[in-house]
Amino acid sequence: MNKKSHPHTDPNTWLDQHGDALYRFALVRVRDSAVAEDLVQDTLLAALRAHERFAGQSSELTWLIAILKNKIVDHYRRHVREAPLPESEDPDGLIDALFKKSNDHWLTVPAAWQDPDTSLENSQFWQAFTDCLQGLPARQAQAFTLTELDGLGTDELCKVLGVTSSNVWVLLHRARLRLRECLEHGWFGNEARDR
Amino acid sequence: MLSCKEVSLLTSKSMDTTLTRRERLAVHLHLLYCRGCTRFRDQLQFLRRAAQRSSKTLSAGTVRLPAAARDRIQAALRRER
Ligand SMILES: [Zn+2]
Repeated sequence: MNKKSHPHTDPNTWLDQHGDALYRFALVRVRDSAVAEDLVQDTLLAALRAHERFAGQSSELTWLIAILKNKIVDHYRRHVREAPLPESEDPDGLIDALFKKSNDHWLTVPAAWQDPDTSLENSQFWQAFTDCLQGLPARQAQAFTLTELDGLGTDELCKVLGVTSSNVWVLLHRARLRLRECLEHGWFGNEARDR
Repeated sequence: MLSCKEVSLLTSKSMDTTLTRRERLAVHLHLLYCRGCTRFRDQLQFLRRAAQRSSKTLSAGTVRLPAAARDRIQAALRRER
């Protein structure tokens, strides 16, 4: 199979060339390997049906990722419909425990993180980051990844998650409080000093 | 006077939408004297940078589509063609 003889795109090569990248993209977002595998399959099937429309303006992978993004959003929508009962947003009472009961000020003041950006170059940091993301309640994780990884705005997020904008902001706030707390304990803890 | 709980919510919200003038002023005043909320705000911006980087780092990772799934998908694609 000579790629050069196919000026646009050759479906026979998609799985070999892009299967891993698509799988990783999905796995980061849905955090479930079986679901991520299904999403890769749905994406490639949809791409197959639409591949005459691939205009070659973007790279093949960019085009496939765009399809996958839609599949992920569909997955979240379905998930919301099938699980209408709101899960507990604070299952372990972590967020309640962050603030004083008497006046809602910090119970434990967030520690100073020394030069956090150097962590971005450390592969162990990414393990800690992934673990913390996985520890979020599902809705909070969805809100966070769709906002910060995929750049969805509040209005789009409301539609995907089927909630109001103030719900979205509360979900994101909780996700961030939890992630911050988790990284402080799981990563910055050793070096963080309350100076 | 706003509590840290309220200010942390507004700080988070300011990452996703524009606060009202009144909210901005209240947050600004609170941050003048609250070290915890100031750190929280900086750390939220760090979380955003980290999340954006993670999407690149993790897509360049070493996780591979499991072989069984690959076979299954290959078969599904063959049926479709
Ligand atoms: Zn405060």
